[in-house]
Amino acid sequence: MTMATADEIAAQEFTRVVERHRPQIFRFLLSSTRDVDLAETLTQECLLKAHRNWGSFRGESSAMTWLMRIAINLQKDHWRNRRMQFWRTTRTNSVDLDEASEWLPSGESSVEQQLLARERVKQVWKAVEGLSERQRTVFLLRYVEEQELSAIAAATGLSEGTVKAHLSRAVARVRLELGGKR
Amino acid sequence: MTKDFKDEREGLKEQTVDAQDAELDEALRDFKSSVYAWSDAAYFRPRVVTREVRGRNWRLATGWALGCVLAAGSVSGGLYERHHRREMEKMAAEQRAAEQRLREQQAKAAISDEALLADVDSAVSRQVPSAMEPLAQLMSDDGTK
Repeated sequence: MTMATADEIAAQEFTRVVERHRPQIFRFLLSSTRDVDLAETLTQECLLKAHRNWGSFRGESSAMTWLMRIAINLQKDHWRNRRMQFWRTTRTNSVDLDEASEWLPSGESSVEQQLLARERVKQVWKAVEGLSERQRTVFLLRYVEEQELSAIAAATGLSEGTVKAHLSRAVARVRLELGGKR
Repeated sequence: MTKDFKDEREGLKEQTVDAQDAELDEALRDFKSSVYAWSDAAYFRPRVVTREVRGRNWRLATGWALGCVLAAGSVSGGLYERHHRREMEKMAAEQRAAEQRLREQQAKAAISDEALLADVDSAVSRQVPSAMEPLAQLMSDDGTK
């Protein structure tokens, strides 16, 4: 196999991976930041970084886990940079909880059910907002992206035990928020 | 009796936990659906590149303005250069004319001086008294006796 052919195959493979996982990466970043523009920017950066390092990907974890790890690190870097720039008058594009809770799939449920669902979603968003960065990441990976604990551990660089502990605290917080509103 | 009450209380507690879990599950399901709906809407929304277009317009306007400034500068520079050259030529011509006039005046003055001297000479020569003629003849041309 010539070098050019190997490169072409690698490029095709990367294109397939991007096409398959890009929406999921975007969704995770959107739920983490609640900012569409920022989520798009970080998704682009994630894929660019992945493209640069595609040669070093050995397939020890799934491509999705590898991409998610890059996305989590980029998001961490972003918040760290934002904290460093606290003195700047930066405009945040994050939508508020009410706006984020507006989104519901157009199901067959009644208006009343839709309203109840919207209220529940708002309460979960409120609980998520109060979580630490790690707890939020673990919670979103588990309950939105439905990833296995082992995959979450690989993506976050934490042990499975730590992931369980973070998840437990996050769920307790959500439960408390839901219970407190009844 | 006490045991029955305890069992009943345990049963109620389990029912409460189950109800809470059911509510939690429902909330988490709704939350997931909501995030998916929002993400899909954002991901597949038509992209409007107003900022890019505005930037391109701005660059175009700047380009045109700079082009106009350059063209105006070139034209005015050329006109100024032409005007300056004409002024220089005019000044050189005036200077040449003045020099010519000066030369003519000088030549005229030289002629009038010569004529004056000639007049003076002739007048002086005419005024030599005839009584001095013999004395004048005694003197040679180089002034020796």
